[in-house]
Amino acid sequence: MLIKLTGGRVYDPAHGIDGKVMDIYARDGRIVAKPKDTERIDQEYQLAGKVVMAGAIDMHTHIGGGKVNIARMMLPEDHRGDPVGHSELCRAGCGHAAPSTLTTGYRYAEMGYTAGFEPAVLPMNARQAHLEMGDVPIIDKGGYAMLGSDDMLLRMLAAKKDQNAINDYVAWTLHASQAMGIKVVNPGGISAFKFNQRMLDLDENNSYYQVTPREVLKTLARAVYELGVPHPLHIHGNNLGVPGNVETTLNTMLGAEGYPIHLTHIQFHSYGTEGDRKFSSGAARIAEAINQRKNVSADVGQILFGQTVTASGDNMAQFRNHAAGSPKKWVVMDIECDAGCGVVPFKYKDKNFVNALQWAIGLEIFLLVEDPWRIFLTTDHPNGAPFTSYPHLIRLLMDKTFRKEAFSRISPDAQAMSTLGSIEREYTLYEIAIMTRAGAAKLVGLHDRGHLGAGAAADITVYTDDADREKMFTKPDHVFKDGQLVVKDGSVVKVTWGATHVVKPEFDRGIEKDIAKYFDAYHTVRMEHVKVTDQHIADDGRGHVQVHECKGRREKTT
Amino acid sequence: MVIENVTCPACGLLCDDLTIETATDSAKDKLSVVKNGCHKSVVFFSRSASPTSPRVDGKPATMAQAITRSGEILRQAQMPLLGALATEVQGMRAVMSLADKAGATVDHMNSNNFMRNVQVVQNSGWQTTTLTEVRNRVDLLLVIGTDIVSTFPRFFERQIWNGETMFGQDTSKREIVYLGGDPDTTAGVAPDGRKPDVLPCAIVQLPEVIAVLRALVLGKRVVAHEVAGIAVADLEKLAARLKAARYSVVTWAAATLDFEHAELTVQNIVELVKTLNSTTRSSGLPLGGMDGEMNANQVATWTSGYPMRSSYARSWPEHDAYHLSTDVLLQSGETDALLWVSTFNPDAPPPVTQTPTIAIGHPQMKLQREPEVFIPVSVPGIDHQGIAFRMDNVVSLPLYQLRESTLPRLGEVLGEIEKTLKTN
Repeated sequence: MLIKLTGGRVYDPAHGIDGKVMDIYARDGRIVAKPKDTERIDQEYQLAGKVVMAGAIDMHTHIGGGKVNIARMMLPEDHRGDPVGHSELCRAGCGHAAPSTLTTGYRYAEMGYTAGFEPAVLPMNARQAHLEMGDVPIIDKGGYAMLGSDDMLLRMLAAKKDQNAINDYVAWTLHASQAMGIKVVNPGGISAFKFNQRMLDLDENNSYYQVTPREVLKTLARAVYELGVPHPLHIHGNNLGVPGNVETTLNTMLGAEGYPIHLTHIQFHSYGTEGDRKFSSGAARIAEAINQRKNVSADVGQILFGQTVTASGDNMAQFRNHAAGSPKKWVVMDIECDAGCGVVPFKYKDKNFVNALQWAIGLEIFLLVEDPWRIFLTTDHPNGAPFTSYPHLIRLLMDKTFRKEAFSRISPDAQAMSTLGSIEREYTLYEIAIMTRAGAAKLVGLHDRGHLGAGAAADITVYTDDADREKMFTKPDHVFKDGQLVVKDGSVVKVTWGATHVVKPEFDRGIEKDIAKYFDAYHTVRMEHVKVTDQHIADDGRGHVQVHECKGRREKTT
Repeated sequence: MVIENVTCPACGLLCDDLTIETATDSAKDKLSVVKNGCHKSVVFFSRSASPTSPRVDGKPATMAQAITRSGEILRQAQMPLLGALATEVQGMRAVMSLADKAGATVDHMNSNNFMRNVQVVQNSGWQTTTLTEVRNRVDLLLVIGTDIVSTFPRFFERQIWNGETMFGQDTSKREIVYLGGDPDTTAGVAPDGRKPDVLPCAIVQLPEVIAVLRALVLGKRVVAHEVAGIAVADLEKLAARLKAARYSVVTWAAATLDFEHAELTVQNIVELVKTLNSTTRSSGLPLGGMDGEMNANQVATWTSGYPMRSSYARSWPEHDAYHLSTDVLLQSGETDALLWVSTFNPDAPPPVTQTPTIAIGHPQMKLQREPEVFIPVSVPGIDHQGIAFRMDNVVSLPLYQLRESTLPRLGEVLGEIEKTLKTN
């Protein structure tokens, strides 16, 4: 099957292509160079005047795993507001804050997204995360395995185990969890909460292990780097939501000691303590630090006003913040001496000073970070807002008139504390394509996604150019997934099952003996049963595992 | 042949350390538990599941005939109910797909029990923990309205009197308090013979006892001296112990809280736990997960957004904890076709009803009335692989295939039935 996309205006930042009118060819799911004139084109799409990009990639979205399912179970009233009936092609479900898996896949595809990465895969719950993602149709999936409050790692750090042993354990976890990267959430803090600590700053000891978050961060960042995992350590820092946490975040950047790190939903970690209410924007300092430190990238975790639900591995922070939730119900769990979770519904209000300033802080960070290859468009779905609000967020970034008008409506006290009204920058289509495609693919480590060069998967989105960017990005004309037309005029026309992306770095299998012994002594499951098999992911014809290269063990730094 | 580290789905603990000996020539489908068994697993694994034939209207039929007839019944129904739903994850995926296609309601055989918990999660939430945390952290275990072990035989062996913990705790010092009912407390006796504390009362009086305990934990003054035969002074001591404990675990089994509006008692239990967490650590531990109930709820929730008792009658899923219960739907006659799924054991046949019934499940299902259609399927965790969720709703474990069966899996049968239906 050879298809030709003719005459579209192409934005392909991976190849420096910025709005050039050109043809794209795809054969059997892959983009190919221009074929010989003698070859028959099976299907041609006339795209004159249309905007063509690779399929978008959400590098941080909570779409699968225990806490997402708890959020679903908790929110029948939210589902009732967005029922989704079945059609000839698509199955029924529900949308809004914690959509059903099926609806999640359809809606991502209908928005031009072709991949999403679940950032909090607890190793002890990894199979569930993959089962849920297995029921997310069309898009590709993957996850980051959570370490950093698990007893095994903290125990190794307390015992001053050598970095190689830790690297082996990290690699084993990537294999067992079938993950694309490693995430750390409130390093050491989820464990500390189980010992009744309520806060844990970067240089504060976990009371049991006498290990600091700084040690956890540095060790994991180094492990990820030395294993050659393309995605840098994915960090949800300490002190989420705490006024003054901008200092923690800046120190976290320093604490990485030059290793690549990705700071996630950084908006929630960019708060100062100035002003009458002791809550202010740290965006300028954060942006300046990111601009200077090339080893650091971040996604924003923008909040948008309305009802949503926060679902996080950070049970310490979620317990601390539950009183601010709405409606008043919350779940907090300790999980398997491995991790935790907390689910708290939130309603962000534009007239609420704190919420309004959070909104402004997120946008300030987007606009003040100069390099779009190192800042990513997320709402930390659903924590800041459901992913379906991305087109609105894109318009806020691309249209300063629209943004200023929105700014004028938020809490006046918050306006007074923000520089947002004076920021003139507007994102270009090229920059949006970097953030949501080329940059995201590079960050996650997907060599064959996020670009339109020969050899890439034919994940392609075609939009009608429209000055109203929200409208434009809400409803693409065409979405191709692996070369198949899956969405036309914003509606699903074919249901496929995407791949699950993973890395499997080499490691010394000898460590399995120690891990098995450890599980037999302390855990309630056998080590072998923690491992997610390819079959668990691919059963029922729901996609397959695609392994991405790790560039081998990098040179040790000391 | 001997197979180690087998997962047992006979209760919600899902112990995965069993050793099973399979088949001798003389008894081809015979399995026996040779290590880490309990009275439930021995029954589960040693039970025969010799294939039987599908039946239509009581007469032996081919699989194709049974499927055709099932499709007819579902097509003619206005409000079909897929009930019982005792299966593993892949089977449950097939159930949800069929429900969507058939415009059916889904409900589990244990919903009357676990909906008490679900309603609390939907109304006010909770703070809970999982089995490995209990095994390594608990210092005070408060057991409400159950002896645990008659339903979860190895709970104390694996979670309480385990030898070693991650954090160097002396497990023999763990404190056990039973509150409510008249439980057999043998399992709560420490290895050194120390007996657990017992505060007995009638199960139906637990609402008032728990309410008083919660009030005391909140620091309220209680004027009464006694509640349901328990001295308030004893409850005060218990409240003080809960506050002093470093990691108390408060556990209950929704199944034994068998009285009207037990969800309000569950709510008082978990709100009490939340309050304790303002100064120390405490966690709830809901005991359940029988007959694949976690599998049903988990898969239904991610697929539709709702747990059990939801319906596709109007093309999109809707959820109603009261009106969509099996009992209500059958008694009111609202349901005009029942598809009953019970794959783990033969002991849960469909209720006797006038409603046309398709029974799919264990080949030896002990039917009380011959259903319109009976389709035997293989047993998950014995005849075929699968995945099951443990009672704590977090850990899922692989189920093993231990012998060959000529019977199809549930998912295959439901998939074939679904093919005979059209989307409404």
